[in-house]
Amino acid sequence: MEERILMAHGSGGKLSHELITRCFVGKLDNPWLSRMDDAAVINNTNHKLAFTTDSYVVTPLFFPGGDIGKLAVCGTVNDLAVSGAEPQYLSLALILEEGLPVADLERIIESIRQASLEANVSIITGDTKVVPHGKADGIFINTSGVGRILPDVNVSGANVKPGDVVIVSGSVGDHGMTIMAQREGLRFEGDIASDCAPLNGLVANMLAVCPQIHCMRDPTRGGVATTLNEIAAQSGVGMIINDDAVPVRPPVRALCEMLGLDPLYIANEGKLLAFAPAEFAGQLLYAMRAHKYGCDAAVIGVVTADNLGQVILRTKLGTSRMLAMLAGDILPRIC
Amino acid sequence: MQPEIKAFRDPELALALVQKIKKRASLKARLMEFCGSHTASVLKHGLRHLLPEGIEMLSGPGCPVCVTAQEDIDRAIALAQLPDITICTFGDMLKVPGTYASLQQARADGCDVRMVYSTLDALEIAGQNTNKAVVFLGVGFETTAPTIAASIAMAKDRRFSNYSVLSLAKLCPPVMKAMLDGGEIKIDGIICPGHVSAIIGSKPYEFIPSSYGVACAVAGFEPVDILLAVDLLLTQIESGKPKVEIAYGRTVSPAGNSHAQELLSCVFELAPARWRGVGEVADSGYKIRDTYKDFDAERLFEIKTAPSKEPAGCRCGDVLRGVIKPPECPLFGMTCLPERPTGPCMVSGEGACASYYLFGESTGGK
Repeated sequence: MEERILMAHGSGGKLSHELITRCFVGKLDNPWLSRMDDAAVINNTNHKLAFTTDSYVVTPLFFPGGDIGKLAVCGTVNDLAVSGAEPQYLSLALILEEGLPVADLERIIESIRQASLEANVSIITGDTKVVPHGKADGIFINTSGVGRILPDVNVSGANVKPGDVVIVSGSVGDHGMTIMAQREGLRFEGDIASDCAPLNGLVANMLAVCPQIHCMRDPTRGGVATTLNEIAAQSGVGMIINDDAVPVRPPVRALCEMLGLDPLYIANEGKLLAFAPAEFAGQLLYAMRAHKYGCDAAVIGVVTADNLGQVILRTKLGTSRMLAMLAGDILPRIC
Repeated sequence: MQPEIKAFRDPELALALVQKIKKRASLKARLMEFCGSHTASVLKHGLRHLLPEGIEMLSGPGCPVCVTAQEDIDRAIALAQLPDITICTFGDMLKVPGTYASLQQARADGCDVRMVYSTLDALEIAGQNTNKAVVFLGVGFETTAPTIAASIAMAKDRRFSNYSVLSLAKLCPPVMKAMLDGGEIKIDGIICPGHVSAIIGSKPYEFIPSSYGVACAVAGFEPVDILLAVDLLLTQIESGKPKVEIAYGRTVSPAGNSHAQELLSCVFELAPARWRGVGEVADSGYKIRDTYKDFDAERLFEIKTAPSKEPAGCRCGDVLRGVIKPPECPLFGMTCLPERPTGPCMVSGEGACASYYLFGESTGGK
């Protein structure tokens, strides 16, 4: 019979201990974790630190291009990376639903292991709880992350200046449309996969050639349009985005067309937006395109000193209109 | 992008049509986009700014969620609150504010309300949950009505005893007639619905030029489709010879889809229907026939609601009739926002207010 998570796995007793040793400590082994203490002790490095946390809930748990485990590592790594930090340590907290196949948990932990190896981060503390069947959706994950701020780097959503170029690291909408295509009731078949990836390597390359980058951000939920609006408001600038310049993969475009959705509002999990003085655009693009997660990088717009707090989209017809923030859920049209 | 769509977004083609339209710079004409999706496309592509001064574009009532009467929204919510009922609905309906709550709030209160992409999903849910009565909220025009009819016919074939539909489906030509009879605004031409016409064809609009002297062109939803329709309408208006033309030949024929039409008349009969902003319109609703009465939620459940009232100050009704443009409503962008809509036209992606707000046409445009 298939081995499943039981309420007893969360009891704190022998079964809990076995699960932790077998699934986590063995797999994610490092000097901090193997001490099995209540907290990991980090030697103070006298550097500025960045600290972030994020929770991950996704249906389905496994999807083309990744799973909830990879997402939980990459999401937190990316939040640190776009803050100009070198991600170092992660915590990992799991809420498991009674009845979750242990094989699924092991598959998720294996993907966490691989993603943390690729991102070069150590998972140094963790927690597991089990809730009764029906009280969660398979597995919920929280990760927190600590990273060292790189010297001479000062990126913030408030730093963007008129004249900056707006760069996207690759095609948009892949993650959100992959999840939508997988959900119940939408039987879309196509060459479509989540872009879920750790971006700290790409960011390191970018900062190496251009430490003057003013701001970076990963456009996750709400998509590129929402992130651009957040930054325009935070920095008190305007932006003009060229619709034709935004890279969108054909199957993503096709699925969006079918449902009446705009790829600019769809979530990404392996892309970033960067804002930098125009004179560095060439070098920056060159460095980004040399990295596997930036090969489709493109300049998609400019920052302006007028239309403060607003993002204007230049359409393919040469007309202009506002590109607003996402208001609520993304819903397909009826008619 | 699929090559066929790309051609209909081709800037060169679109701008050539704009040049043709601009040659009639002296012409003054008021055109109504019947469909909410047309309004959305006009604003999304910034087409209004490409047209000459004299061409005024008005939004019409072509948004199925928007025209659903307040009492019908309230009845849908009351139905969701009955015990052992699962409501299946298209996503837009979730957020429409009823008099007392929305379906979204009802769901948060513990009612079983599920968003589906197709009536067949609702049927599948009924098959999997035989202990619950599954009711599909049948909102839509002629485009969606055949899929609702198909689900009812399939439920009967498969002897489902727990699937039913609250039919709020509506027909477009009768409401066009009601608005023209109302004579509240003078329209010179109508951009007729695209997807609706794929089902009913272009013939049902023929009374519009012949009885009311108003030009008609059926249009698709890409910039080139819409500009082509505007060009055809202006040619008709200029020549004084209104007729019905098709600018969406790749999808629409004069006779429409006969298979879908047969399915519609097999399952539904015409009945009066309530429209927000317009009131009751004869023969504008799809009522489930007696043969299928076991699948009619209207007859299966006793739905009791407190008196309905449209939100105070909301002018969705006037927007739907083309009497005002969304920014002329005092609530627009102030208390009524996409994240906190007062009226349904700010909820749906097909709603004129949502399109005006999201695409920044806050000045009222032309």
